Amino acid sequence: MKIFKKVSILFLATLVFTACSNDDDPLPVNEEEVITTLTATLVPVGGGTAVTLQTRDLDGDGPNPPVITVSGPLAAGTTYNGSLALLNETVTPAESINEEIAEEDEEHQFFFQATNNIATFDYVDFDGNDNPVGLEFTLTTTTTGAGSITIILRHEPNKTATGVSDGDITNAGGETDITATFQVTVQ
Amino acid sequence: MKYYVLIVACCFINITHSQNCNSKFFGEVHDFHDGTPIIDANIYIETLDKYTTSDINGKFSVENLCDGKITITVSHLACETKRLDIQISGDTFSVINLEHHIEELNEVQVDGTTTSKLTKTSQETLLKTDAIERFSALSLGDALKQISGVSSINTGNSIVKPVINGLHSSRIIVMTNGVRLQDQEWGIEHAPNIDLNTAGSINVIKGANALAYGGDAIGGVIVLKPSNISLKDSLYGKTIISGQTNGRGYSLNSSLTKTYQQGWYVGAQASLKRFGDFEAPDYSLTNTGLNSKGFSINGGFKTFEKGFNVYYSYLNNDIAILRSSHIGNIEDLVNAINSQQPLVVEDFSYDINAPRQDVTHQIIKADFYKRFKNFGRLEVQYDFQNNHRFEYDIRVGADRDKPAIDLTLKTHTIRTNLKVDSKSNATYEFGMNVGYQNNFANPDTGVRRLIPDYDKYDFGVFAVSGFRLNDNTHLDFGLRYDFNRIDAKKFYITSRWIERGYDVDFGDIVIDDLGTQLLTNPVFDYHNVSASTGIAFKLNERNSIIFNYGLSNRAPNPSELFSDGLHHSAARIELGDLRIKQETSNRISGTYLYEQESFSLNLEAFYNHISDYIFIEPTGTEQTIRGAFPVWGYNQTNAALFGMDMMANYKFNEQWSFNHKSSLIKGRDLSLEQALIDMPSFKTVNILGYSNEKWLRFNSELQSELVLRQNDFPNNNFEVFIPRTEEMVLVDVSSPPPAYHLLHFQSDITLNLSAKTNLNIGLNITNILNTSYREYLNRLRYFADDLGRNFMIQLKLNY
Repeated sequence: MKIFKKVSILFLATLVFTACSNDDDPLPVNEEEVITTLTATLVPVGGGTAVTLQTRDLDGDGPNPPVITVSGPLAAGTTYNGSLALLNETVTPAESINEEIAEEDEEHQFFFQATNNIATFDYVDFDGNDNPVGLEFTLTTTTTGAGSITIILRHEPNKTATGVSDGDITNAGGETDITATFQVTVQ
Repeated sequence: MKYYVLIVACCFINITHSQNCNSKFFGEVHDFHDGTPIIDANIYIETLDKYTTSDINGKFSVENLCDGKITITVSHLACETKRLDIQISGDTFSVINLEHHIEELNEVQVDGTTTSKLTKTSQETLLKTDAIERFSALSLGDALKQISGVSSINTGNSIVKPVINGLHSSRIIVMTNGVRLQDQEWGIEHAPNIDLNTAGSINVIKGANALAYGGDAIGGVIVLKPSNISLKDSLYGKTIISGQTNGRGYSLNSSLTKTYQQGWYVGAQASLKRFGDFEAPDYSLTNTGLNSKGFSINGGFKTFEKGFNVYYSYLNNDIAILRSSHIGNIEDLVNAINSQQPLVVEDFSYDINAPRQDVTHQIIKADFYKRFKNFGRLEVQYDFQNNHRFEYDIRVGADRDKPAIDLTLKTHTIRTNLKVDSKSNATYEFGMNVGYQNNFANPDTGVRRLIPDYDKYDFGVFAVSGFRLNDNTHLDFGLRYDFNRIDAKKFYITSRWIERGYDVDFGDIVIDDLGTQLLTNPVFDYHNVSASTGIAFKLNERNSIIFNYGLSNRAPNPSELFSDGLHHSAARIELGDLRIKQETSNRISGTYLYEQESFSLNLEAFYNHISDYIFIEPTGTEQTIRGAFPVWGYNQTNAALFGMDMMANYKFNEQWSFNHKSSLIKGRDLSLEQALIDMPSFKTVNILGYSNEKWLRFNSELQSELVLRQNDFPNNNFEVFIPRTEEMVLVDVSSPPPAYHLLHFQSDITLNLSAKTNLNIGLNITNILNTSYREYLNRLRYFADDLGRNFMIQLKLNY
């Protein structure tokens, strides 16, 4: 009988452990580092209509694809002052990610590309090592046409690799945090 | 019995007031199990240096004894020797029970290496202490690869999961010192939290035939047992130190045990391992170091009739994961696959940076057993396990040092086991276990939970029986029932909930709607029946055969049900499915054994049919702001695994020997009529050994390991649009790496430092030719080559 007593003590001990377990509902996690929205605002030098390019993916890694909007056509032969705004809109109010990137600018770089030679890009902002970052940039259009503009954010790229500081992503390495392609026309 | 002695003693007490030297000590020697008399037992009276033996009825007597205390030792061939103090007071009668049982003998015998197989009719392999100690600096998965048919699935070289006949993770049960390991074993990158140095022996049972351990071991069972405790007054220990060139690290393990003849014992063991970045032949594998710390303490009391054991173990592994394997999107994966070498190669360092894992596993166990005469042995055990897993990703800003995963898994289990072995030709074993498990996913990580909070309840009962029909035939039967309930609280992104169609099928389990997220409470019950039968037949002195059949069911694990998110090293979104049911395996196997002095052969064949086999497959791609990702979803199909394992050993003479191991396995998806993913490819190992006792017990062996390319694989390659180049690119995630051949060498000598102390010095060289290769079952094969040449020196001191 001694054994049965021991068994029952152990059994009761388990019940106590079980009863002690927390029955409250878990807390939701609002992801802090998610970038849901990238907005590129292009303001023509010398006046004209500003153009915004936006990619917005409110469900993060969820099944819905990002929504891509282009506010209007670009003007031919024009230089635009470009700036990027990055937001986490899963939290209210929306949180800006720009500061984080500015603080760790040596570990981040944006890359800009256009097809059909519709535009060229130049970096305006640089990190402590004089390497480009890309939160600020200029976009210059030439002739009329249609094509796409791609903006890529790489985390921990090799900024000293060949061509990277000129904006060529080929040898950059690192991890992709954002990739967005916008279909644009130049009029 | 005590009363008997007392009554007998009382009868004489009145007439023996003074010192009486005419007393007679007489009695009977019985077998503890069935009470039958033991013939020819030696009865030695230590205090008087007198001998006698028991007769055909187990009876003995010694005359002309003086009253007072005598100490006797009763021994018999194949019995546990018993030492008793007897109070002689006139003519004294005593019944002495001896343990006459080979199996149990191993548990209490003196020799530290005596071990035995756990089953008679299964495909079972036993690794003894020597074979384990060689791998002291490595992991359980590495040590088990010595067994034909056991391979491993790796994430780099430090995270090694054993694969038995093509199955791994939740399909394998790992038992350590009687405790079923509960350490989030569902994940491929979750290696068993075992310090190999705590094991004195390892039994590997292929298939689900060892029902006492669980009914869901479709792949097999791995049983690690501590070294046996000897019942004598002794203090012994061992220390193993090794240093190696690859990883520029060391491993240190030390243990000390104190035993007492009465049955008390206490032991402690501790180990440390430290490695820096490992090296492939052509480059350093940046961020692949390891820092491991573990200790265990063990104490209790042990005799043949009763005993208890209290055990505690602690193990912490801090493992760096190859820096280049952390990627952002599918384009990065394409770059990694197409690049001949890892994208990040830095100078050697001991630093352990993100991505990394930091896992702590603790076990507390208490067990108690008692043996009842003419009946059997009852055992009760309680164990508690706490598994705490941190995974650190490469993160930015204030979250840089925050873990991305912080899971605490707590498990309580009570087991009782009754073994009825009073009949010599039949044993019966009954058992029951009750378990409670709680998983807590800390929300402070700021990353959505990969595995949700849950409570899990388990209940199992089993009955196993073994019959010895005659000297050559052994028959086993087993039956088991398991109940599992999982009660989870999980958040789903609303869009995912709808995309999966859960709003239709599981609308009633939503308990809170937070707008973009839903809190749900899935509760699932699973009833599983497993059965096993086997026959072992000895044809003659040299040939024997074994056949067995096993039916087992496995309930889906939390990962298969609830996975929901991006997997960084694979650059894929992995999705579980709440609709997944348990899988059912029917496995038949046959073994042929041939044994003579210079040659032995072991041929094992199996066919494992698994209905509703749970596996993960690509189901499409999804666009996120980071780019496109392939989606892999858990699904069920009917599958068959079949194969053959061979082990052969030939001794040319006292010095030279040859050893061959090979294994072939095929896995088929019967519904889709294609190969199963991640099946080990054909492997053959040939070892030429030379030993010479005269040269300080010199042993050496040259080992050739040939692994062929896996040509049976499902084609999961897909095309993806790369915005940067504006091209569709084929992502080749399926093609296995080419065949490879490696040469290894190992040797050792043993020096006797004193009567009880010896020193074993070993030299091991792995990958002698510094061959560059990649292994199909290494998840980091897309990113880097496997390890290059390594020299290791090992010093083993037994004292």
